[in-house]
Amino acid sequence: MTPFWQRVDPPLMWAGAGILGLLVVATLVGLALQAAIRAPSARATIDNLNQRIRAWWGLCIIFGLTLVVGPTGSLVLFGLLSFLALREYLTLVETRRADHHTLFWTFFIFTPLQYYLLSLRWSGFVIVIPVYAFLFLPAIMAIAGDTRGFLERAAKIQWGLMICVYCLSYAPALLMLDIPGYGPNAKLLLFLATVDQLSDVLQYVWGKLAGRHPIAPSVSPNKTWEGFVGGVLSATAIGTALWWLTPFSPWAAAAISLMIALLGFAGGLVMSAIKRDRGVKDYGSIIKGHGGILDRVDSMIFAAPVFFHVVRFFYALH
Amino acid sequence: MNPRPLASLIAGIARTVSGVQVTWRDGLPNAKQSIFFANHTSHLDFVVLWSSLPREFRTVTRPVAAQDYWNHGLRRTVAVGVFNALLIPRRHENGSVEAQARETIDRIAAGMEDRYSLIIFPEGTRGTGEEVAPFKSGLYHLCRQKPGVQLIPAYLENLNRILPKGEFLPVPFISRLTFGSALGFDPDEPKYDFLTRARDAVCALRTR
Repeated sequence: MTPFWQRVDPPLMWAGAGILGLLVVATLVGLALQAAIRAPSARATIDNLNQRIRAWWGLCIIFGLTLVVGPTGSLVLFGLLSFLALREYLTLVETRRADHHTLFWTFFIFTPLQYYLLSLRWSGFVIVIPVYAFLFLPAIMAIAGDTRGFLERAAKIQWGLMICVYCLSYAPALLMLDIPGYGPNAKLLLFLATVDQLSDVLQYVWGKLAGRHPIAPSVSPNKTWEGFVGGVLSATAIGTALWWLTPFSPWAAAAISLMIALLGFAGGLVMSAIKRDRGVKDYGSIIKGHGGILDRVDSMIFAAPVFFHVVRFFYALH
Repeated sequence: MNPRPLASLIAGIARTVSGVQVTWRDGLPNAKQSIFFANHTSHLDFVVLWSSLPREFRTVTRPVAAQDYWNHGLRRTVAVGVFNALLIPRRHENGSVEAQARETIDRIAAGMEDRYSLIIFPEGTRGTGEEVAPFKSGLYHLCRQKPGVQLIPAYLENLNRILPKGEFLPVPFISRLTFGSALGFDPDEPKYDFLTRARDAVCALRTR
């Protein structure tokens, strides 16, 4: 049996090495800032920054390992992320005693089913939640008999399933596409994750360095025009430079990276609006320094389905 | 008999399933004999509260459980063998209600010796999670018998959503457990006032 590093596609390995280098640089910068800046006012930001960098190491290692294992690894990882994200979301929204069975189906039947269907490479995964779960869950709820706020409760549960499970599952669905002359598709998933997450990070960095004018102060005081423009443009530049990971030409890589960054921004903004409405700062505390799973994947939720559609439409065999 | 490995495993599972986020409003208490009292909405309440205590507390903290239910077979192995439960009778064959209650309190107090802490749910039964029911007087009588014991209120949130009364299958919400600061006990305080104050201390820990 060939050792795994010989089985890994060279571009995938180069990208992995690049991410490792980035983490090392970020860690060194974090340590330097910690040593250089002693002002108590900046202390909290720098501690949080270093906490975030430490968490990034863990996230990148887990993501990298599942990519190397193959499609099953990524499906299990994203299935777990969906489950935990749904848990955070539904804990936050109001549900009633009568929703118990509906919720049980949501968590333990439809969530695993979505990822199971993906593992079968069955293209029908696109209709199971928006058609069948959409009709089935309100029916279970009606049988339970509690009509107070029925429409609102049904909509909240359906929306949770849509964003946390359906939309997020489009990321590992990339692995199922058949693209002539291209592979392994793990590179495509890595490209999406890198551009999307770097866009988030760079918006944060640009916002901290130059942020003055908030975009939507009532939703998130930390999202500024400076952060948005700086982050989206630098993420687009990085995505363009990574064209060799994808089946895209450099120009197409630029356009698609811009699209990922813009959609990611929209996802972050929408998920923040839900948090403000429910009066919380983070969805959870499972990732130290970042908050919950949903705080980390909010941008991916919006970017993944559209990215999938673009790749499928323009590059994949139908 | 060393039931600790199994107990630690159960504690780990309980924390994972309930995703419990624990807050000690007043910091960790001194390792002193305590009565933890909380609202009651789910079969999971005891195990989640117990799992959230620091290890050195867990080994000396006993649940109070009904003898008629827990004293047979596998249930007894779990209740007595793993959790070192203090089993008390719910019904006696004879004697007045007051005499029964007094005897029960005596047994609990005796079971505490001078080293065991207790977890009790003074509502006496599981509620819906919307309101905390008035407290039964057992807590008061126990405090009169054990005046030196530290009284720590706690509020359990969302466990009624995870496993409500009457359901068998859990739904994995994230729960929250908040411990408050120790409550003082004055033997001269009227029973009703004390019970109201204890209930208020629990309700004040509710975050939503």
